[in-house]
Amino acid sequence: MNALLHGRLTGLLALGAVIAVLPAFLPNNFYLDIAILAGFNAVVCVGLNLLIGYAGQISLGHAGFFGIGAYASGVLVGTYGWPPIVALLAGAVFVGLLAFLVAKPILRLKGHYLAMATLGIGIIVSIVLRTESGLTGGPDGMMVEPFKIFGVELYGEKVWYWVVGVLLVGVVWLSLNLIDSPMGRALRAVHGSEVAAEVVGVDTARFKVMVFVLSAVFASVAGSLFAHYAGLITPAKADFFKSIELVTMVVFGGMASTFGAVVGAVVLTLLPQALTIFQDYQQIVLGGILMATMVFMPKGLLPTLAALLPARRRA
Amino acid sequence: MFAELLQYLLSGLTIGAIYALAGLGFSIIYNASHVINFAQGEFIMIGGMASATLTASGVPLPLAIMIGCGGAMLVGVLVAKFAVERARNASTVTLIIITIGASIFLRGVAELVWGKDFKRLDAFSGETPIQIMGASMQPQSLWVVGTAGVLIVAIGLFFARTLTGKAILATSHNRLAAQLVGIDVKRVVLASFALSAALGAVGGAVVAPITFSYTEMGIMLGLKGFTAAVLGGLGHGPGAVAGGLIVGIAEALGAGYISSAYKDAVAFVIILAVLLFMPNGLFGKRGTERV
Repeated sequence: MNALLHGRLTGLLALGAVIAVLPAFLPNNFYLDIAILAGFNAVVCVGLNLLIGYAGQISLGHAGFFGIGAYASGVLVGTYGWPPIVALLAGAVFVGLLAFLVAKPILRLKGHYLAMATLGIGIIVSIVLRTESGLTGGPDGMMVEPFKIFGVELYGEKVWYWVVGVLLVGVVWLSLNLIDSPMGRALRAVHGSEVAAEVVGVDTARFKVMVFVLSAVFASVAGSLFAHYAGLITPAKADFFKSIELVTMVVFGGMASTFGAVVGAVVLTLLPQALTIFQDYQQIVLGGILMATMVFMPKGLLPTLAALLPARRRA
Repeated sequence: MFAELLQYLLSGLTIGAIYALAGLGFSIIYNASHVINFAQGEFIMIGGMASATLTASGVPLPLAIMIGCGGAMLVGVLVAKFAVERARNASTVTLIIITIGASIFLRGVAELVWGKDFKRLDAFSGETPIQIMGASMQPQSLWVVGTAGVLIVAIGLFFARTLTGKAILATSHNRLAAQLVGIDVKRVVLASFALSAALGAVGGAVVAPITFSYTEMGIMLGLKGFTAAVLGGLGHGPGAVAGGLIVGIAEALGAGYISSAYKDAVAFVIILAVLLFMPNGLFGKRGTERV
């Protein structure tokens, strides 16, 4: 567990190994589908964790970026006939620019004000998606063409599982490298004390903007691919609750832990599936679990478990 | 032309009064505990649902509102005691997730107790519209605005005149110093949750005849209340009230003159614009940060 938290290569290998052997234990496409959804969430959460866990900034609007990516692919490929990869990149560039434009003034804000601003952006995006039905199909959503590249069509859970798996390993690798780079150290300094970081010469604003843009682009790419995989995209994927869900995954798994973000995404994607047995009590149980985890493990699942481990070894 | 404008202003004032109450609730809890309570909207929902269902089963309206209010206060105190106070030293994000967990939990309980459908509550004093210079106003709007006005004044007096009110204010300025002069800060936090819950529940009860009651009614009302609180400067009571009225009126004007589909977006566009130029809200103090 400690290796998962601190060893870059071991952690990455462990993640790769889990992804590689998992399909052997999944009895059918239903489970594969859940694994794929968990993977997409994990990709977004790894990016969001850079922002929340390392830069200490909260975003309550990341589903908005996911939604823009998804609809960029849906609309550009479906309505305008663009090649999917070009649409995906266009969406990512657009989200990157948007994030950059809003980041500069917004990341000056602290704590709750930043939460408010990102929440506002997310809600505005989801209202636009819901309202501009000529373009987006409105509240019912729109169908999305399958993903084709070099004449090959990505189709079926078995293919998409590996696409998402490779994407996740890539994103985790990128983020681990980032954390160990001078930029990562600067970010941790920003988290510790922004004023102190500035005093020792860290350009805090630039780092925060970069991480915000990067995490938004991760969300956009995940959104694009998700749209192609699911074949249907609705504004619900971009709304406030989805944003909350993503933040919850990051915090639940463990802030400032890349693998914690992955674990959080996987557990909280599975949880609602598992909770369907509670039927009418589902929301109560979900809300209860959220509260209890945060009250008793305020650092999140993985760091808390990791802290328990050496203690047990000594005993 | 003028009648139309007046019409929008009146409906904006009505909904703005509810946002103001919600915003005040956010500010009171924020002051006492530095927590953004995302379950604030659920207090409104409890007030609306309890008064609608209780009156439907024959309980007189004033009693129904009092029961709803008491229930919401109890829920508020429980959330404060068993979730927020225990996680005192956790980070901002963790505390936000706790209150979001509480709101999901409360909506789940509400769905179980009251079901998912819309509940109707009769207007308090009939539905004959009042004509004012060409615009018409539901009598219930007067109830909403009047009740909110009375509550806001009462809260102001509470903080200015009573010992409990002053203790909450002292805690918001400096928790440790307040503790040193003998204020029981834990009870202050509980009191602030109870107070915010009461404000929300009464607001929910008076607005229910206009909006209907349903278990998800608190979501948007709560978010707009948060917007109002931030607009006025978090923790600034009169600012939250002003923020609520501004958001309500801007929303009604936006819906009337621009597009009713984008009604819910107006509040968030305003808050983004304001935060860009005034990062501490309209009336918030510029803070300095200790290293």
